[in-house]
Amino acid sequence: MKLLLKGGHVVDPVRGLNGPADVLVEGERIARVGTSIPGDGASIVEVPAGWLVVPGLIDMHVHLREPGQEHKETVATGTAAAVAGGFTAVACMPNTEPVNDHAAVTELILRRAAEAGQARVYPIGAVSRGSKGEQLADIAELKRAGCVAISDDGRPVATALLMRRALEYAGMFGMPVIDHCEDSSLKADGVAHEGYHASRLGLRGIPAAAEALMVERDVTLADVAGAPVHIAHMSVRGSLRAVRAGKERGVRVTCEVTPHHLVLTDEALEGYDTNVKMNPPLRDLADRDALIEGLADGSIDAIATDHAPHHYDEKLVEFDRAPFGIVGLETAVALVFDRLVHAGRITVNRMIELMSVNPARILNVPGGTLAGGAPADITLLAPDMPTTISAAALRSKSKNTPFDGWTLRGGVAATIVGGRLVYVNPGAPGAANLEGRRVAAG
Amino acid sequence: MTAEALPVAGTRSLRGRHLLGIQGLTQEEILLILDTADAMKEIASRPIKKVPTLRGRTVVNLFFEPSTRTRTSFEVAEKRLSADTLSIATAVSSVVKGETLVDTVLNLEAMSPDIIVMRHSSSGAAHLVARIGRSHVVNAGDGLHEHPTQALLDAFTIREHKGTIAGLKVAIVGDLFHSRVFRSNAILLDTLGAEVHVCAPATLLPPAIGRFGVRATTRIEEAVDGADVVMMLRIQQERMHGHFFPNTREYFEEFGLTPERAKLAKADAIIMHPGPMNRGVEIASEVADGPYSVILEQVANGVAVRMAVLYLLAGGGEEQAA
Repeated sequence: MKLLLKGGHVVDPVRGLNGPADVLVEGERIARVGTSIPGDGASIVEVPAGWLVVPGLIDMHVHLREPGQEHKETVATGTAAAVAGGFTAVACMPNTEPVNDHAAVTELILRRAAEAGQARVYPIGAVSRGSKGEQLADIAELKRAGCVAISDDGRPVATALLMRRALEYAGMFGMPVIDHCEDSSLKADGVAHEGYHASRLGLRGIPAAAEALMVERDVTLADVAGAPVHIAHMSVRGSLRAVRAGKERGVRVTCEVTPHHLVLTDEALEGYDTNVKMNPPLRDLADRDALIEGLADGSIDAIATDHAPHHYDEKLVEFDRAPFGIVGLETAVALVFDRLVHAGRITVNRMIELMSVNPARILNVPGGTLAGGAPADITLLAPDMPTTISAAALRSKSKNTPFDGWTLRGGVAATIVGGRLVYVNPGAPGAANLEGRRVAAG
Repeated sequence: MTAEALPVAGTRSLRGRHLLGIQGLTQEEILLILDTADAMKEIASRPIKKVPTLRGRTVVNLFFEPSTRTRTSFEVAEKRLSADTLSIATAVSSVVKGETLVDTVLNLEAMSPDIIVMRHSSSGAAHLVARIGRSHVVNAGDGLHEHPTQALLDAFTIREHKGTIAGLKVAIVGDLFHSRVFRSNAILLDTLGAEVHVCAPATLLPPAIGRFGVRATTRIEEAVDGADVVMMLRIQQERMHGHFFPNTREYFEEFGLTPERAKLAKADAIIMHPGPMNRGVEIASEVADGPYSVILEQVANGVAVRMAVLYLLAGGGEEQAA
């Protein structure tokens, strides 16, 4: 079966494309991208004016909660949220119950993902058994089962020795170690960024140094091991300095930031909304500005959501008793468009590098380009479409977002995974002619 | 004396429905509470210490943290205003059965109280209750955040002795990090124009202390020197999970208010402490029991200030205006 996307504005940083072009899909793969491609029996979709056609977005850091915490999210609801957020693939962290530290859990996640038939799912295995920081997990087995990286996310890799061994061992299999950088002793029982706002509100602080120290450690160890380390959800300028210094001396270090750390600051703590409680916490203005600068100058490699669904009841408690984390899959694109692209901080081209090209490269997974032969994972974006975020309308099973009611400029119009149109935004102008072609979930 | 007869409120009233903190109160509102407390204090000197002001109103005292003086002070204040009162402590509440704060409050709300006075170990807990319920909420201390009625009674006591607060040098010394009393006082005293100097070991200074509108030092002599008011704070051993200082003996040597250090303050300086005191840790007994100590006056004034707050929140100011 052939599908021809006609008349869109194609942005593919890998191939240097940024202009009007047609995209021809044959089966599950991209056949070619070019101008005036003839229909030749293909099913033709006229891409509405103003829409962008980009390589499918990849969120390299999500929590799907299955197995074990299905009341928060399942692989099916999480991947439905993913495609509604423009993501054709997600990499899911191993802090499930049980922890994804052996093949059976990986296989279950992959089976659920196939049954759901929405976004692609790339499981991330645990660094250590039970993510307890004691013994290495069965990393080769995890790799064979389908894991693309290892991480003890939710917790830092506990000791420098374990981190070194993990880097060396996983490096043999080409798997990056993704670390949640945090010195647990310095974080102690902190619940918010250690700064004026937490201090005045009487919330115990998490100092910026708790993160930066661990990033320094990881960069040093990646250098020793000669293996790739990826810094998850980086939030402070001290960490950015360490990453920059590492990159300059040739260490294989990459890093990601979340949209919420790029949009909000710790000032949002006023009012004690538990939907601004995340780990790492929202930092101060200088940190936020430094991260945005890092995005623009290439020091930061990826934007990832750290999609962390929590049930309503779990967040409707005292601030210090609430779990850390917010959902992010369905709000990321609008936030990035509005606050970064339209604000002139990054270009669309850079946005696609951060949200598609680089995640694919770091995780060594297909995608991140519309080159011929690549999977037909395509996201259609409407940069000027007004998007009002409604927590109640999210496809995620959890609604824990601080952005409820925000109106932003830009959003997702449609999502194609493996040549199948799996999501059409009914609110996108011009979407009506696509709706009939949508493929129901398998 | 009845609410209608109170000479102080006039057409003035509080803007908010709750008293969650000093943060957000204007100077005028703080003075309104202090002026109202002046009138309330007179009631304590009567043979029959009771007025019908809150007759028919129900006040729930919801204490999730141990407290003797604050809970008793509120109860006395409520009874003097003729409110129907109900006091709940966590040890006998459904919280021990796993009920959430929200459910506890929603169940209480179903019984239509007018005011909830609440103490909780989590900062912001009173805000949560104010958000979900219909009652007026009075924060009687939330975690490390605020203890507004304590700051108000401190200001009331200072004003009684000094006539004003503007222009005074107030030294606050002790465990600032864990102190909601400090946080409320810093805002209140700054709002009323005092010059606040604070002192603590570097480990017990709240982060970003420079933005609190106070001058911070780690030398007690510097803070106390020339002070009109010296307010000592308790070392909160129960909240200490870190390595804040080596031991209480060393703490007293470096930061305790000894008679010698107290002499550095002005000759007529008053010595305050919100209690409960650790004698020989943050304050020497000779100072605590000395002629310039107003520590027990603070306790007495607490009742009047809490009466004023309850009265104003229950619509006292508006009744006067009507």
